[in-house]
Amino acid sequence: MIKKRTIVINSKDNVATALDDLKAGEVIQEEVDSLKKNIKLNQDVPFGHKFSLKEIPSGSPVIKYGEIIGAASQLIKVGDYVHIHNVKSNRGRGDIKGGSQ
Amino acid sequence: MSFLGFPREDGSVGVRNHIGIISVVVCANDVTLKIAQQVEGAVAFLHDQGCTQTLVDLDQVTRTLVNLGKNSNLAGVLLVSLGCESVLIDEIREKIAVSGKPVKTLGIQKTGGMLPAIMEGSRIAQEMVIKASTIRRETFDDSYLSIGVKCGASDTTSGLISNPAAGAAFDIIYDHGGTCIFGETTEFLGAEHILMRRAATPEVKKRIEEIVTRMEKRAKMMGVDIRGGQPTTGNIKGGLTTIEEKSLGAIVKAGTRPIHDVYEYGNKITKKGLFIMDSPGREPEFLTGVAAAGVQIIIFSTGIGAPQGFPFVPVLKITGNPKTERYLSDHIDKFIKLSEEGENTIAQAGEEIYEEIKAIASGKKTKAEVLGYGQFSNIFTIGPVI
Repeated sequence: MIKKRTIVINSKDNVATALDDLKAGEVIQEEVDSLKKNIKLNQDVPFGHKFSLKEIPSGSPVIKYGEIIGAASQLIKVGDYVHIHNVKSNRGRGDIKGGSQ
Repeated sequence: MSFLGFPREDGSVGVRNHIGIISVVVCANDVTLKIAQQVEGAVAFLHDQGCTQTLVDLDQVTRTLVNLGKNSNLAGVLLVSLGCESVLIDEIREKIAVSGKPVKTLGIQKTGGMLPAIMEGSRIAQEMVIKASTIRRETFDDSYLSIGVKCGASDTTSGLISNPAAGAAFDIIYDHGGTCIFGETTEFLGAEHILMRRAATPEVKKRIEEIVTRMEKRAKMMGVDIRGGQPTTGNIKGGLTTIEEKSLGAIVKAGTRPIHDVYEYGNKITKKGLFIMDSPGREPEFLTGVAAAGVQIIIFSTGIGAPQGFPFVPVLKITGNPKTERYLSDHIDKFIKLSEEGENTIAQAGEEIYEEIKAIASGKKTKAEVLGYGQFSNIFTIGPVI
């Protein structure tokens, strides 16, 4: 059996999780909106970290577990490594006025 | 379905038969620890509280110490004080004694300082251990199990593998009529709507919202982004990007059954079902909170690898991270391997965890117990030291 190298937890998700250390340039096959798609990774994605299945405009929700885990802080392209450099949290923000949703 | 436990006077069942040497104030920790080290069968509970705090916190510390003393894994309790602290040792003794177990007190100032206190305390503990050693394990129905769950040093494998596996075990315990307790309110942020849907009554739903709002307010009061504190630096390294992502992965450790009630920190929970105890996510405070609630065993799901146990509650360490299983095998009791058939893996892992809980309940030791990792506990407080 071929070892599964990525996982998409919920069909609504716009990110996938790496189950192995993935390298930039690798092509990953995942189902996106019920269609099998080839996604070329733009950066390295370490074990347990995330990459984008869809283009996510700045300010739009990042979705994992079928739920919102934050918002894109810049444009995220298909195959981009997704982490704290391009996602911001909506909660517990004592650093901004209003603070949270 | 049954396990072998120690019968207690108040009708509860212990899975361990320790004598608890409980410090009531930070200033008594040194003597408390020495007594526990001297007497085989005794365990120390140490913490940083008990004096020069606001009344709200002194109440919380007192309540927590009383309920720790009542935990069914303790056959007897020796309370150790300095003598001039704010908490009242006699009040704590009287409230623990209601459970029917032997409770004694020791004051360091009154006894003449550290050396005579260690001697007197060790003699009291020695007597208690000998008396407790005559109590025999008996067969009890699984509904007598009271189990806590915690996740710590989380990474993405926690939310994918070990937390859902712990949740599957929780569902089984619930279905057998046992008690299941979870908390770590900070890690409800961004996932509270899912928990609220599972509330057994509209009041419970409201309470869940209340404790989340209160915890978020507390974090925001400091005027900084929660990130870095939650998720922790280690969580971020492990692939968790936001508190929402951590929370969504964290809440699955509590399974899928209805949530019956929400308790404030340090309260005893004697009912059957699934309950929330308002608590922070940090290990020393959380583990103490559920021990006070009355759990006999804690399932601890970890990603990167958290070694902590608790002085008198066995902690079952599980992970789904193959690297952690390899590098930290001295601390991991159970590894859950994710196969292609993810769903089956989780359900089967839940069954296996349940069987392991019953083995531990009947006397099997956990790795943290054998190594004695978990001497440094604490009690969650709200206000400042004054």
